[in-house]
Amino acid sequence: MASRTVTKDIITLRGSAAIVSEFFGYAANSILYNRGLYPEESFVKVKKYGLPMLLTQDESVKSFITNVTAQLSEWLEAGKLQRIVLVIMSKATNEVLERWNFSIETDSEVVEKGVSREKSDKEIMREIQAIMRQIASSITYLPCLDEACVFDVLAYTDKDVAVPFTWIESDPKLIANPQMVKLHSFDTKIHKVDTLVSYKNDEWDEQ
Amino acid sequence: MDAGSVNSSSSSSYLNAQSRWPLRDQFHQKKSSKENLDRFIPNRSAIDFDYAHYMLMEERKGKENPPASSPSREAYRKHLAETFNMNRTRILAFKNKPPAPVELFPPHFFSSQQQDKPTKPKRSIPQTSERTLDAPDLVDDYYLNLLDWGSCNVLAIALGNTVYLWDASNGSTSELVTVDEENGPITSVSWAPDGQHIAIGLNNSEVQLWDSTSNKQLRTLKGGHRLRVGSLAWNNHILTTGGMDSLIINNDVRVRSHIVETYRGHEQEVCGLKWSPSGQQLASGGNDNLLFIWDRSTASSNSPTQWAHRLEDHTSAVKALAWCPFQSNLLASGGGGGDRCIKFWNTHTGACLNSVDTGSQVCSLLWNKNERELLSSHGFTQNQLTLWKYPSMVKMAELTGHTSRVLFMAQSPDGCTVASAAADETLKFWNVFGAPQAAKPAPKANPEPFSHVNRIR
Repeated sequence: MASRTVTKDIITLRGSAAIVSEFFGYAANSILYNRGLYPEESFVKVKKYGLPMLLTQDESVKSFITNVTAQLSEWLEAGKLQRIVLVIMSKATNEVLERWNFSIETDSEVVEKGVSREKSDKEIMREIQAIMRQIASSITYLPCLDEACVFDVLAYTDKDVAVPFTWIESDPKLIANPQMVKLHSFDTKIHKVDTLVSYKNDEWDEQ
Repeated sequence: MDAGSVNSSSSSSYLNAQSRWPLRDQFHQKKSSKENLDRFIPNRSAIDFDYAHYMLMEERKGKENPPASSPSREAYRKHLAETFNMNRTRILAFKNKPPAPVELFPPHFFSSQQQDKPTKPKRSIPQTSERTLDAPDLVDDYYLNLLDWGSCNVLAIALGNTVYLWDASNGSTSELVTVDEENGPITSVSWAPDGQHIAIGLNNSEVQLWDSTSNKQLRTLKGGHRLRVGSLAWNNHILTTGGMDSLIINNDVRVRSHIVETYRGHEQEVCGLKWSPSGQQLASGGNDNLLFIWDRSTASSNSPTQWAHRLEDHTSAVKALAWCPFQSNLLASGGGGGDRCIKFWNTHTGACLNSVDTGSQVCSLLWNKNERELLSSHGFTQNQLTLWKYPSMVKMAELTGHTSRVLFMAQSPDGCTVASAAADETLKFWNVFGAPQAAKPAPKANPEPFSHVNRIR
């Protein structure tokens, strides 16, 4: 993100918003790759968070994620974003199969008074790295997506947020009887992000 | 699970729902609910929750079908969602939805077979050649390069002391030049990128430059090599020549003193020479079983070794070289009769990526420009052309027809047709690479494979 203002250990609201929205961009790419929503060939490897990360080269997916993260960044800076959810649905039936849930807690003091916080870049990176590793390894327990899937991104914002022209209100796209796995968290000392994946669990273990 | 008994199933699902739908503090809630002991359930730790849960869910599954569609449940969930989310939260989604995957590509991470399942219909590969031309007096010498197909759709072939041009757009043949007996035979031909100028290497160590449109010789490059020039490669205005004297020379054809660089590394005749599509790297193979990668940018530096990589994995002469058109830094090389291997290289690192024993001498290699495929031509015993899927290296087709080793191959400018010249003194044309992709409908619509290229002649 161009607007990153983090230098060494002091973290501003703006910098924190940039870290979180950038994190979401990479996480979304990683989920799309690892869950096989788009063909493997459409991704290229880059180095980020000390890991090889995959980024889509599909222009329309790329622009979707860019548009979304740009808006998220704005809401994060205003402290009005509560949660981001990446929803994976069946292309044929629109049934929700997976929800990747990123809950965000914002330090309201920072938003109101404009103070900054301190935390080392390295530590944040380490925390994000742990989440990214978990996302990549999630394919080992998540059910196989054996049909064509589409995805969508939901942003949970405060009620007083004006709906931007390019956004619409949506239903939460919940999964009935989901199975849930909580992943690691990261904290910029301004935004705390909790990651959780819930998925459709229709096959009970028949012993 | 919070279910204590069957009777409390409804309340348990409430509890469940409560701790599940809002999502945020699910785990803390669970913890605290455990601490807050219910006095009607005296000893929770004694209850087999897994069994209870299983019984509950199984029973419900049997009764309600589908399980989650009870209207009251649905209503409750809605209500819950509203109280927990809607009052405080707005759920927004970006209007322009992300595109659905273009290919319906189910993510089978575990079975490569299904992954290979093609979404487009299989291309049928004609097993016989489209056309066969006579090539009398073709010199049967593995170390020469006597066939090239230029960008103006004219095929050049050297037969003995004569270079013939065959215009693929109309099938007409003309003679470009016959060299004197004492200078010949011709040992290499190569079209310049413009498709008009052609370089001809001779047995007497000279290289001639000709203009094919006016049938005039432009200049002779001499003084560089001491022995025959068996390999040529163009990189814009640089003509690189490889000789039997083991030297590789970069000649700037525009200037009077044409020798720009000399690469020293080979110990015997240089028989394979190819510039990468970017023009940054040169691959050379020799009768010394060596494959060299030379960097254009470091060529003029005075370091003790000029090469970027010296690769000694082949156990026989390296003549067949082909740079991958869709992946930079990927080179395929083929070894001679004692080696029989096709090897793939990352020319950036010098790492050998794969090696496949083909069972016979590899005379030449060509990549398909439209698909991830590689074509190799072979000698004894089958004298065949083999089409390989890359990177799996599964054999897709074996094209037989030549009765002696297939020394040279050249690809038409549109990438669809391959010409092969063999020691049986025939030149065959194969429609092995199929039609260009649907993105280019114009040539596809035209059944004549060569006619869409305009030529000035």
